[in-house]
Amino acid sequence: MPYIPYLGEYFPVLIFLAIAVVLSSAMVGMAYLVARQKPDKEKNSAYECGFEAFDSARRRFDVRYYLVAILFIIFDLEVAFLFPWAITLDDGSVFAFWSMMVFLGVLTIGFIYEWKKGALEWE
Amino acid sequence: METFLAYLNEAPGTVLPGLMFYVLAIVLLYAGVMVITARNPVHSVLFLILAFFNAAGLFLLLGAEFIAMLLVIVYVGAVAVLFLFVVMMLDIDFEQLRKGFVRNLPLGLLAGVVLAAQGIMFAISWSFAEGAKEGKGPTVLSSATNTEQIGQVLYTHYMLPFQVAGLVLLVAMIGAIVLTHRGNTGVKRQKVAAQNSRRPADVLKLNSVNPGEGV
Repeated sequence: MPYIPYLGEYFPVLIFLAIAVVLSSAMVGMAYLVARQKPDKEKNSAYECGFEAFDSARRRFDVRYYLVAILFIIFDLEVAFLFPWAITLDDGSVFAFWSMMVFLGVLTIGFIYEWKKGALEWE
Repeated sequence: METFLAYLNEAPGTVLPGLMFYVLAIVLLYAGVMVITARNPVHSVLFLILAFFNAAGLFLLLGAEFIAMLLVIVYVGAVAVLFLFVVMMLDIDFEQLRKGFVRNLPLGLLAGVVLAAQGIMFAISWSFAEGAKEGKGPTVLSSATNTEQIGQVLYTHYMLPFQVAGLVLLVAMIGAIVLTHRGNTGVKRQKVAAQNSRRPADVLKLNSVNPGEGV
């Protein structure tokens, strides 16, 4: 395995993960081991404000949520491409600068299309 | 295993990265198996998110810092949400789907065997680059960070794939709108110019009403 110089900077993340795993498994595990459990049919059923559940939670929902999510992904990726570009800007490559401008221009065409089409409006 | 032991002997830091590789890889494999065996499709998606996180950790260990962060932002933050939407939108009775399991088993096994054969053939015919077998990882030419190295080549040397990626995103955007947008009816839009040019005298009438008489 290659030696990665920056890997030490992620050590706090590892400590955080270890604490999270230990703490959460301790909470769930202790509740499982220590607490008295007498389950029955009524206790295990879903509680919905005191009345019977109307229907399954597995309901279909509007396709418009999907549209919002997919538009989000596209602009998410666009921003992701901006990061390496931004930190290498001072290398002085004019070509790289305009390359990104064309990329942004292409996506702006899509943005104008979706704005004019009203895809960003809800009701 | 051999390279791992060699790494333990000459590790410049600690054994921790090597250990973390095995922890992440084991959890990744477990999550991958659970994605396809979990009874509840929503649980499958949650295990998929766990798999994404562990893959991000593996990328970090490889030195691909930017890809690792991208995996968390794009895959965990956006793609997993899309997967959840698809699971919720399709309205499939998953218990009903599982009924044909035994009947379709030969077909599934055939597809699995073909895939496995292809993978094994690919692995056998793989030729290693010079010095790659020593397990030294990718050759790092400059002292720049991983993200900088990507930035140095992505927008110039790999300009064409980069622009094609932009076009693919455009196609995805327009495709999603064309397929799912049904045109908004009854949308109450703001008309800023009309709203600002409205004069009080046109819409407001003041009546002087005496008490007890009404308008």
